[in-house]
Amino acid sequence: MTTLHLRVGFMPLVDAALLVAAADSGIAQAHGLSLELVREVSWSNLRDRLHVRLLDAAHMLAPAAIASTLGIGGVTAPMAAPILLNLNGNALTVSARRFEEMARVANGDLADPVVSAQALATLVSARKASGLPPLAFAAVFGFSCHTYLLRDWMALGGVRLGEDVRLEIVPPVRTVEALASGEVDGFCAGAPWNTLAVEAGVGAILHCGVDLMPDCLEKVLAWRADDVERRSEAVARLNAALIEASHWASDEANWPSLARLLAAPDRLAAPAALIEAILRGEIVQGGGRPIRRVPSYIRFDAAAIHPDPAHADLLLAAMARAGQVVVTPNLIERARAVFVPLALEAATG
Amino acid sequence: MANLRILIVDANQVRATIIEEGLREAGYEQLIRISATTGLVAAIEANDPDVVVIDLEDPSRDALADMFLVSRHVRRPITMFVDQSDSASIEAAVEAGVSAYIVDGLKKERMQAILQTCISRFNAFRKLREELDEARSQLDDRKTIDRAKGIVMRLKGLSEDEAYALMRRTAMNEKRKLVDIARSLITAAEMLK
Repeated sequence: MTTLHLRVGFMPLVDAALLVAAADSGIAQAHGLSLELVREVSWSNLRDRLHVRLLDAAHMLAPAAIASTLGIGGVTAPMAAPILLNLNGNALTVSARRFEEMARVANGDLADPVVSAQALATLVSARKASGLPPLAFAAVFGFSCHTYLLRDWMALGGVRLGEDVRLEIVPPVRTVEALASGEVDGFCAGAPWNTLAVEAGVGAILHCGVDLMPDCLEKVLAWRADDVERRSEAVARLNAALIEASHWASDEANWPSLARLLAAPDRLAAPAALIEAILRGEIVQGGGRPIRRVPSYIRFDAAAIHPDPAHADLLLAAMARAGQVVVTPNLIERARAVFVPLALEAATG
Repeated sequence: MANLRILIVDANQVRATIIEEGLREAGYEQLIRISATTGLVAAIEANDPDVVVIDLEDPSRDALADMFLVSRHVRRPITMFVDQSDSASIEAAVEAGVSAYIVDGLKKERMQAILQTCISRFNAFRKLREELDEARSQLDDRKTIDRAKGIVMRLKGLSEDEAYALMRRTAMNEKRKLVDIARSLITAAEMLK
């Protein structure tokens, strides 16, 4: 079997775990791949480099893969996801100062998203009344579950994201800095950035993604749609490697090793102990609260990586609620085509 | 043409200067340069450009990409410039490492000219940097060879020319580069110290 060389782009996030495990633990090699991971600075870059084939595949936000396929917000670059990379993994963090303010006005337990959203609403109207500038929250990309999580959470308290609260787009690596400097009052991002904000003493985690949207499809492995058929051998090998990586990464015994691989300077460049705690679902919350155990905080298991066209319906609905698309039958059909379970079945069968 | 306002976002001052000169030569006069990867949205609001040219490696590109969605606080919506019918120019731009965003309504032809200028300037900058890197590594090679030559002179009691000739002959015999022979000599000398 001739070794195939593949370049795959990723963003420094814990949900790049299956790619990192496959590339750095010898799994990819065993599947006839020399897997080169390229760290990128923006989702736009990943999309554009994939489109012009400077990358063979990319770690991609599921809604961004749909938006790119439909041509919303730039190039129409149809993508296909023959495999998913994870479910969940996000959290909503507010600055230490806003957390204190929310705790003061909360009518009940802040762990309840309705209570926290109402506390936010109280802050928003108090600021309006005293002529203070509106609060700003960050998501990591416009087309992302982070945007939808923020939006849907705020809606529980009657707060409109983008109107009552400003929405800023801040790349994951800059979230902690943006929170510390006061540029934003809160953010929704993937691991490990929420934990890093708590550890740095600048933020408190309000909710984990699973509190608001259980089994949320977060990242996919995106290929150019036309390459999935044209390069079926490469797709099948990478799928097989990622399935094996999923078995490996789902075994608790391997979490210390996985955390060490992810911690490397050219991967996440974050402390291994902190990453391992995230894999265990032991979440430091900050704000004087104890460590919280969150089962399924982030999922890499076999059931979590199987693409299903039904994912497209849920994501399109969230995109429509955020005013990003007007859903039509044609749109649904094109979005469903992003999730191609056939290739995965061929690889496993 | 001169009435188009172009915002250049590049943390690399040298490259930004090269792009600015290129656009100026092409007849664009209203050029604004910023290097900040933060506060880009604010800079766009303040300067109200028609075109934004940005380094592909700038992390704030994702924020720019979103401006057309949350354009409530932006006067004019901005979208990434892509001529869908011209995939070669998309490729050229991504490979060169530049991306352009335009406000609604600007003519495609006018934008193509700006993008072409930026692509060629980005490529010119890259070539310049590669040449510089090469010159640097040649200089490093030179230093390594001189050091090895000194070792040979000392250990074998040879003159400078003789030491150099011996190294060259060894390199030719072994079909290796002179600098590789020099490196081996230095390593060996350090081991035997």
